[in-house]
Amino acid sequence: MSARYTFGGDEFIFVEISEDMSLDAFFKGTAITRELQRRNVAGVTEICPANASYQVRYDPDVIVPDTLLALLKEIEAEVGDAPLELETRIVEVPVLYNDPWTHETLMRFRERHQDPSSTDLEYAARINGLSSVEAFIAAHSGAPWFVSMVGFVAGLPFMFQMVERSRQLEVPKYLRPRTDTPKLTVGHGGCFGCIYSVRGAGGYQMFGVTPAPIFDPEQRLSYLRDFMVFFRPGDIVKFKPIDRETYDRNIAEVEAGTFALRVKPVEFVLSEFKRDPDAYNRSLAEVLNAD
Amino acid sequence: MPTDTACLIEVVKPGLATSVQDTGRQGYYYVGIPPSGALDQFSLRAANLLVGNNEDAAALECTLLGPQLVFHTDTLIAVTGAEMTPKIDGVTQSCNVALRIKAGSTLTFDHVKAGARACLAVAGGIDVPVVLGSRSTYTLGAIGGLHGRRLQKGDRLTSHAPFRQAKEGRELRVDLRTPLAKEIQLRVLPGLYHHRLTDESARTFFEDTWVVAPEADRIGYRYKQGRALQFRERVQPFGAGADPSNIVDACYPIGSIQVPGGLEPIILHRDAVSGGGYATIGTVISADMDLIGQMQPNHRARFVAVSMEQTLAARRVAHERLARLREALSY
Repeated sequence: MSARYTFGGDEFIFVEISEDMSLDAFFKGTAITRELQRRNVAGVTEICPANASYQVRYDPDVIVPDTLLALLKEIEAEVGDAPLELETRIVEVPVLYNDPWTHETLMRFRERHQDPSSTDLEYAARINGLSSVEAFIAAHSGAPWFVSMVGFVAGLPFMFQMVERSRQLEVPKYLRPRTDTPKLTVGHGGCFGCIYSVRGAGGYQMFGVTPAPIFDPEQRLSYLRDFMVFFRPGDIVKFKPIDRETYDRNIAEVEAGTFALRVKPVEFVLSEFKRDPDAYNRSLAEVLNAD
Repeated sequence: MPTDTACLIEVVKPGLATSVQDTGRQGYYYVGIPPSGALDQFSLRAANLLVGNNEDAAALECTLLGPQLVFHTDTLIAVTGAEMTPKIDGVTQSCNVALRIKAGSTLTFDHVKAGARACLAVAGGIDVPVVLGSRSTYTLGAIGGLHGRRLQKGDRLTSHAPFRQAKEGRELRVDLRTPLAKEIQLRVLPGLYHHRLTDESARTFFEDTWVVAPEADRIGYRYKQGRALQFRERVQPFGAGADPSNIVDACYPIGSIQVPGGLEPIILHRDAVSGGGYATIGTVISADMDLIGQMQPNHRARFVAVSMEQTLAARRVAHERLARLREALSY
């Protein structure tokens, strides 16, 4: 896996680790961008990790483009294939699957969908060879996800499920993007899950909604007090299906300013994960649910 | 600073899309928060310098149809960028000049004659809270500016007390105004996923004249009427999506050009979506980004491929022009 380097005008370098999405590509990008961050290079103004690529914004008046490019290649050679251990956190995100709000929205945009006669969940279950919506929800919430990129709009996490490729859920985006998506919709496009941080346009399939705000300029909840954006690349997410009653209670807590997410620090070791993903994911769940 | 010299401005009509913008915020693109800031940065700096502000002060970016504002304090203003002639109490004034406006006076604008975005600076700079290092409005994230949105009827804005006494009647030299033509050239450094285009499309993209579509805003400018672009056929990589114009979702440089479905190129600007799953084929060089924000729907552009060497040379020319601006309007 050798990266491809290309300039985005005079102020950006774009580095494609791999054309395919994989945990290996994500981790290689993570290792390189963390090392670049650590080196604190003069002229580098923004480091943006993405799913299987990353992007650097720099000031060419401070660092010559070719000099920066050579430095990035050097970092790739040094750390790109190093065994990766990540100090990160695991977060439980409650989800009301099959909720009335995304249902209303998906019905409004049915003519833009591959299969206007079923819901997004029914379609996703069928094309992934799962027997029912319930089985799909079990697969979606059964194994954790890595936040592999934050962006599109402010604070929106792209997530990649921590399972073998054969078990990855794959669903195409809508044929034509919707002009509306409810805030905090749990969506899916290609092999990526996401949570829409704000209301707006979108093309991902809609499976449910979380009561937990993940972007708030007012920073009203304790977990958003440090920064208005909650997710960082490298976070691990475990979805937890909830019922309507719990959802309503959580919303009341959000409004009262008392809602909190379950968040635990965790060390992720890629080699151990690869040895037995299911067992490793169970151990992550234990960390999350301890106490 | 004595607060009683700060200026109060009342929004009678907001105009089509008027927002508070400065030189933008840096360092949050990795969580999807784009730079924002005035699309025509040179005109922002010029307007600020005309009224005696530091060049990075916050001003109002007025798009196509200007606002109607009542000033409740005597102050100095300047309008740069698009040719949207200001009127004070109905009396026609000049663009690109420091204008005195008296307490109780109403500022309106004529229809835009050229360009798309005028920059209205007020002595002292618009006073809104700094969010993540900038006063710029980012509407998708509802941060910055006035309540994170465009101006609305009934809004009240204040400016800071003036930085320094500036001279009424000072004028911006013609060579220091952003050119406002209906047909322009935009220089592009090919790259990113350019190799995904067929040889023919890599050629026609630069041969055709492209027309600005109605969907042209601070997030991005959509262009139409050029020949559709073909991407090379391939077995799509895992996670990329089915269309050959799709990639595994990645970051988008500001100024990058994507072509969803091969049909209509979109140039991302300062309120860009920070990433997504469309192949980008090149990037408009930083020296030409101001020109995009002055394009109206139906204006035309030709894209000109340049090398990194030419890109950096153009950047130096832009720096020299900025140095001339600072020299011309120094105190």
